[in-house]
Amino acid sequence: MIAPELSLAACRQGFWRLLPISLFVGVFGAAYGLAAVQAGLPGHEIVLMSATVFAGTAQFAALEMWGAEVPVLPLLATTLAINARMLLMGATLYPWMARLPPGRRYGSLVLLSDANWAMTLNDLQSGRNTLGALVGGGLALWLTWLAGTILGMLSGSAITDPKALGVDMVMGCFMLSMVLAGRRSSRTVIAWTVGGAAAYAAYLWLPENSHVVVGALAGGLVGALWLEEKQ
Amino acid sequence: MIDTQGGGALLLIALMALVTLLVRFGGVWLMSLIPMGRRVEGFINAMAGSVLVAVLVPVAVKADVAGQLALLATAGLMLLFRRPMPAIATGILVAALVRAL
Repeated sequence: MIAPELSLAACRQGFWRLLPISLFVGVFGAAYGLAAVQAGLPGHEIVLMSATVFAGTAQFAALEMWGAEVPVLPLLATTLAINARMLLMGATLYPWMARLPPGRRYGSLVLLSDANWAMTLNDLQSGRNTLGALVGGGLALWLTWLAGTILGMLSGSAITDPKALGVDMVMGCFMLSMVLAGRRSSRTVIAWTVGGAAAYAAYLWLPENSHVVVGALAGGLVGALWLEEKQ
Repeated sequence: MIDTQGGGALLLIALMALVTLLVRFGGVWLMSLIPMGRRVEGFINAMAGSVLVAVLVPVAVKADVAGQLALLATAGLMLLFRRPMPAIATGILVAALVRAL
């Protein structure tokens, strides 16, 4: 088994491949910057949070709790709950990551997020043994998230209604295209159906933000119980 | 409770960043502790697509009709041509057009 490629050229390619979707992520960054200003955060804190946390949903949730005083444990518990999906995303990359030395392995995970993970996994599963989309694409997403945050802070309500432009559906359409771009077998389709049903049930009846973890584990369980035929 | 005046806010942001970094690393680290077998491998492979589906389900349920049509358009084009970028672009266009009507 060869270690996945992590060259500068591969990262550069990943950067350009994810740049189009990153520009839309920048629009959400602008929405965050604006919301953070309205929540009363000073500029340097807003920029610092986008640069170091780099997780949109968790950052928006943090704004809801922000005030003169912030409850620490609820804030961190919410951050953990929302970002727990990253644990699962990281785990799915492990079969390839295992072939890298620890420094490169963990270094390439620093900018892990939804879009670059999905594209990386798609690459790896279809036989392109490269982490270029993870690292280069992560950089594209990080830069546009940061630039968007700053633009949103400065320009106020430049983008008054991202919904009218369909921007709110970008991530959904992207994730859906990644699901359908991958290999399919009756086994994976059953796993997705079980995972989707479990996620929906969790969304309806379990605590907020638990649906991704519940759905993913349920789908994974199908894979653990129903093994692929030996080749 | 941490006061957000003084250095308190910076400490909160640092803690949030740390928690997020730990979950970014955590999945790969946990898997490195588990011996790889056929069941673990089957679990990981089936979980990969299930993460995406689980993220999508509430998005699809919460979306308005325009959003749901956008997802349908993306799915249709992906099944036909398997080219993500045109499929995504069409989806967004559908959402924007339906909302403009």
